[in-house]
Amino acid sequence: MSSDIQIFLKDREGKQHKLIAPTDMQMNLMEVFKAYEIPVEGTCGGMALCASCQCYIESEHPLPIRSDDEEAMLAEAFHFKENSRLGCQINMIPELDGLVITLAPE
Amino acid sequence: MIKTDILIIGAGPVGLFTVFEAGLLKLKCHLIDSLPMPGGQCAEIYPKKPIYDIPSHPEIMAGDLIKNLEQQIAPFRPGYTLGESAVSIEKIENEQFIVTTDQGTQHQASVIAIAGGLGTFEPRKPPLENLEQYENNGVNYIIKYPEYYRGKNVIIAGGGDSALDWTIFLENIASSVTLVHRRKEFRGSLDSVDKVQQLKNQGRINLITEAEVIGLKGVNRLDSVTLAHKETSINLECDYFIPLFGLTPKLGPISNWGLDIEKNAIKVDNSLDYQTNIPGIYAIGDVNIYPGKLKLILCGFHEATLMCQSAFQRIYPDKRNVLKYTTVTGINGFDGSKKQALKSTIKSIL
Repeated sequence: MSSDIQIFLKDREGKQHKLIAPTDMQMNLMEVFKAYEIPVEGTCGGMALCASCQCYIESEHPLPIRSDDEEAMLAEAFHFKENSRLGCQINMIPELDGLVITLAPE
Repeated sequence: MIKTDILIIGAGPVGLFTVFEAGLLKLKCHLIDSLPMPGGQCAEIYPKKPIYDIPSHPEIMAGDLIKNLEQQIAPFRPGYTLGESAVSIEKIENEQFIVTTDQGTQHQASVIAIAGGLGTFEPRKPPLENLEQYENNGVNYIIKYPEYYRGKNVIIAGGGDSALDWTIFLENIASSVTLVHRRKEFRGSLDSVDKVQQLKNQGRINLITEAEVIGLKGVNRLDSVTLAHKETSINLECDYFIPLFGLTPKLGPISNWGLDIEKNAIKVDNSLDYQTNIPGIYAIGDVNIYPGKLKLILCGFHEATLMCQSAFQRIYPDKRNVLKYTTVTGINGFDGSKKQALKSTIKSIL
């Protein structure tokens, strides 16, 4: 179980959740939300094509830079902020232990 | 009134494949879809994305999967009601249902197969105050009649293909077209991006990038929008504002049909035939839920196949039916076409 990391999530109602995510299952953040039944649609299944998993990164963790696809989708997403990311584009790796995020409005 | 054996709601891959399995049982199908073309999410959201888990296709583009399915079901002559969404259902005598669309088209069938995926695609609406007040009163999400915009001042927002394509199209019709996008980069076909660049260079459109519409104004109808542009705000007069930010699926009116719903999906009996709590109404593909459900196209194909066997028994309770193999019986199309394996050649050696 040592490969698990903790994610601290504030949902759309302002409620705090502590999510435990494995780093050896090729999971991304959107999938972790779904595994915990956080109400995130993930309509496109993780192709950076719908922005339903948009969240704001509140901690200083080293994140992969946005791909062109993610940039393009975020450019059309509503409620965009500088720290917006698509959950489906963030893979669960040990370096993200303790990540703090807030879910963007629907 | 359109009459058929199985009325399929949703013309995505699973709805389309249902036509094939029903056709093998000589059951006729008609499909309703809110999108103007068949294919559902595969056509609307990711036509150019490859899918790797369709059995026997090591890789296939979602758009090609739809093309192949259309070809596969063509012999069974499916009917289509496209660009309309199913809104109401009524049970009449003889175990028949009538389904009516938002445009009033009525369909009668013995069996209803809901293959609605994640729901009806609806435009994504920007979170602007007073937006609803101006809907169809200066704000339109879908361009139905381009002529409507002749001689008008139009502002389009968005950075994808539809924003680019409609900018190009309306430039010829409208008095002025302004395209607003949050970035300088656009996600569209290269041809469209180049064409918009050209129109901008020729001064035939106004292109405002790194900008976002943040407000709508007008007393009785929309007369201007407010843009946030590089830390300033601009007021732009217009007759129409058309936000084109793609579509998002919503389960919609089907959720009021009296079906058991769990987690935004329709509960079905997966131990038998994917029937819902209302006999004669089935739900297959991404729209249904049961223990262990996986939202995969290949699972939807399986569900469609079992559902059609049950539908046959419902329509013909007294007929006995056994599974037949296409390798043996071939395909007997409703159009008189016939496909069959070649007979083996038997020849003696002297």
